[in-house]
Amino acid sequence: MSILVDEAVNQSLVSSVKYTSKDFSSDQDVRWCPGCGDYSVLAQVQRILPELNYPKEKIVFISGIGCSSRFPYYMDTYGFHGIHGRATAIASGLKIARPDLMVWVATGDGDGLSIGGNHMIHVLRRNIDLNILLFNNQIYGLTKGQYSPTSESGKITKSSPVGSVDMPFNPASLALGSGGTFVARSLDRDPKHMQTIIKRAAEHKGTSFVEIYQNCNVFNDGAFFQFTEKETKSDSVVFLEHGKPLVFGKDGDKGIKLDGFSPTVVSLKDGSHSTNDLLIHNEKDSTLAFILANMTYNEEMPRPVGIFLAVDRPRYEDEMEKQIDSAISKRGKGQLDKLLNGGDTWVIQ
Amino acid sequence: MEKETRVLDEVTIRFAGDSGDGMQLTGGQFTNTSAAMGNDLSTLPDYPAEIRAPIGTTYGVSGFQIHFGATEINTPGDHCDILVAMNAASLKVNLRSLQENGIIIVNTDGFGDKNLKLAGYSQSPLADGSLTKYQLFQVDITKLTNLALADMNLPQKTIDKTKNFFALGMMYWMFNRTLDNTNQWIIDKFGKKPEMVEANSRVMKAGWNYAETTDVFAVKYDVKPAPLTPGKYRNINGNQAAALGLVAAAHQANLDLFLGTYPITPASDILHELATFKNFRVKTFQCEDEIAGITSAIGASFGGALAATTTSGPGLALKTEAMGLAVMVELPLVIINVQRGGPSTGLPTKTEQADLLQAIYGRNGESPIPVIAASTPSDCFTMAFEASRIALKYMTPVILLTDGYLGNGSEPWLLPQEKDLPSIAPKFRTNPENYLPYLRDDVTLSREWAIPGTIGLEHRIGGLEKQDKTGNINYEPENHDLMVKLRAAKVERIANDIPLAKVDGPESGDLLVVGWGGTYGTIKTAVERKLKEGKSVAHLHLKYINPLPKNVGEILSKYKYVLVPEINLGQLIKILREKFLIPAIGLNKVQGLPFRSIEIEEKIDSVLGGKL
Repeated sequence: MSILVDEAVNQSLVSSVKYTSKDFSSDQDVRWCPGCGDYSVLAQVQRILPELNYPKEKIVFISGIGCSSRFPYYMDTYGFHGIHGRATAIASGLKIARPDLMVWVATGDGDGLSIGGNHMIHVLRRNIDLNILLFNNQIYGLTKGQYSPTSESGKITKSSPVGSVDMPFNPASLALGSGGTFVARSLDRDPKHMQTIIKRAAEHKGTSFVEIYQNCNVFNDGAFFQFTEKETKSDSVVFLEHGKPLVFGKDGDKGIKLDGFSPTVVSLKDGSHSTNDLLIHNEKDSTLAFILANMTYNEEMPRPVGIFLAVDRPRYEDEMEKQIDSAISKRGKGQLDKLLNGGDTWVIQ
Repeated sequence: MEKETRVLDEVTIRFAGDSGDGMQLTGGQFTNTSAAMGNDLSTLPDYPAEIRAPIGTTYGVSGFQIHFGATEINTPGDHCDILVAMNAASLKVNLRSLQENGIIIVNTDGFGDKNLKLAGYSQSPLADGSLTKYQLFQVDITKLTNLALADMNLPQKTIDKTKNFFALGMMYWMFNRTLDNTNQWIIDKFGKKPEMVEANSRVMKAGWNYAETTDVFAVKYDVKPAPLTPGKYRNINGNQAAALGLVAAAHQANLDLFLGTYPITPASDILHELATFKNFRVKTFQCEDEIAGITSAIGASFGGALAATTTSGPGLALKTEAMGLAVMVELPLVIINVQRGGPSTGLPTKTEQADLLQAIYGRNGESPIPVIAASTPSDCFTMAFEASRIALKYMTPVILLTDGYLGNGSEPWLLPQEKDLPSIAPKFRTNPENYLPYLRDDVTLSREWAIPGTIGLEHRIGGLEKQDKTGNINYEPENHDLMVKLRAAKVERIANDIPLAKVDGPESGDLLVVGWGGTYGTIKTAVERKLKEGKSVAHLHLKYINPLPKNVGEILSKYKYVLVPEINLGQLIKILREKFLIPAIGLNKVQGLPFRSIEIEEKIDSVLGGKL
């Protein structure tokens, strides 16, 4: 850090203050539509932050444009409401300049995967230590209901009156394909699960990518009800837990085993298979992560939810600091007069 | 035979050859030696956009022009007096820049049938009489180089790479230059390969000896040292100078420098330069695109860095929306645009001044940004420092315009010393009491910089309209009107904080030539020549364009005519006409090339002669 920044900021990375979730609520009125899934994400983040014991003044939330991107205004931390699609780029610059900060990104399926898709893939491959919360509601909410890059093919919206002909992104696969080191999915209507995932994301060193299925009750109501509502959830969702077999269904009556590289559903009730036959989740295995993420739009498979991958890899900002330290130890701290007088010089008498 | 020596005031030499012939190196060595011998000088490289164009073709020709003299030198020269052409294609491309009766030195080996065909000559220009209006010297440089190295058992490829030193040796003889500087450079460069040191040195000396002993050249020239300000100098191009200016500014601001950027010709060299300054804690972030370049810089600025982004024309267009964000969040940011030929991809390696209106006006909404421009290669240092000073003091993005001609052109630079540079350290807000993010300083109207990590100053900023003082989101009509006016007034107040404009020449008279940016040297040369002829003409060169210095209107009113030469269709002239309601006259050329002084002189004559 520069001398001036050093003087201005708190040096500690551990908070001496005990926070409650209220400490993270700003004085601004929350203006999302009543019933919006965004409220749940806000609540879970505010609930988890006190547990992290990180100084509040060192936490920054950065967003782009869209409903979810109003998020920073509601957090009593430093915040930056950027421009459409660029939250990850703004956050990258901030984190590289200030590795001492905990930087979060609040973005959506339009902001993060459409206009901001390029920055998203590049931040993932660089593994800058950002925590990215991607609110996926499979629709453009703020512009009032056009299909998004995660909307299902055939989606009827204002801009696709006879159905969209777009193929949707699977955000988890995209993040894995971009070299993401922490890739997870959670549900707005499962607060406990979301809290666990958000905490793990915050603790992960490197880019954390968390896709959150988030209901837009105005323009895409019920898009994820199959995965979030009691009646259908257990048969439609498989929760990924490290070291545990992939079991789902009412009373755990179904499981997933690998047939070659293809996951298949087997019954644990008819005596043909036991949990010993099932695929054991390993969040350190990137091949497995790809296989599991690819189940996403396979209608014969339950929707995978949880942490697909959590692995360590050097972080961009740390590597840059190392190069700086090494340059200083080899060449000494930069001296301006020496620099200006460098190169081939001559003297005119 | 004792050869005749003629004394010259100034000379322009152009070295031209194939991309692989080492002409930039040859020109660079001639430049460094001439500088060390006390000449004033100005240089301009001219290389192809293609990276490895086919050998021997006209689009693979690389050139380097140096104008040096015993007097003050302000431009790389309108025309060259001497053209060194290593092959037929380089003669073809560069002949138009040679003076009548100028000297051509050709490597005859580069004029074989294949070379002639590739260059598009149906017969050899060396034999068909087409060069009779020049002084032609034919030397088989390739053969002589081979002979010089015959006993060294070097691979042919290595020998071929040394032939540029033969040409350099001849030119050193012709201009009475010492070989010492280049010999030292060869040792520094090839110290680990003694055979390369020997080969290059020997070929250069062979060139020198050849010129000295054969009858080919009868005359040598002497160009005496120029009366330069005493002090320590180095040769510097505009891109290097801009990079050093940013490092110096960060140093004098006690901040770390962050550069977010995407490679683009001709601005990439600023990135390359800054990437080597890691021991100054400079962080260069090569982004995925131009937009990430500027937005990452805005993020770094939010965190308390001196943040910059560098680009060229089409890249500036891509940064447009983010510049508006920087205006709205009122964070310091330096944007350097090394202008090139446009629109669109345009002429990537050629120069132009056509981004001025884009820089000043090219954003949605009322989005005022200070715009300044460098006028010479070394001035890029001063103006990059100045852009940083203004950005930090006024909490605003600042656009610095340079161009390809300044970025790649070089000149001797009287080195500044750290003690002569002012401190430009900002004051971060640290006191949480009564903090409001958009409270303004009474004098500058700038808001305070409160960076993450500061206890008790947690706040949110963004691109939505702000409420005055609190910075909360606000859409009220009166508030928006107020904020639009405050942002404009803040930029206007910078006029109180910049030097008054100064005229070169008489303070009133018939004609004032007004320029900006890279045309400085050319206009200066033209106006000085006209002054010597007794014409009533003066030169005003604007380095601050938005806002303009406070005395510009007053200056303009003191001349009968105002002439505005620009390498565009008339952009500064629009601003001068609009602000000062004067019937300024334009001189516009958009060829991807700098003006020649003669073009400006002719226009001065025609305006003064009553032909507007």
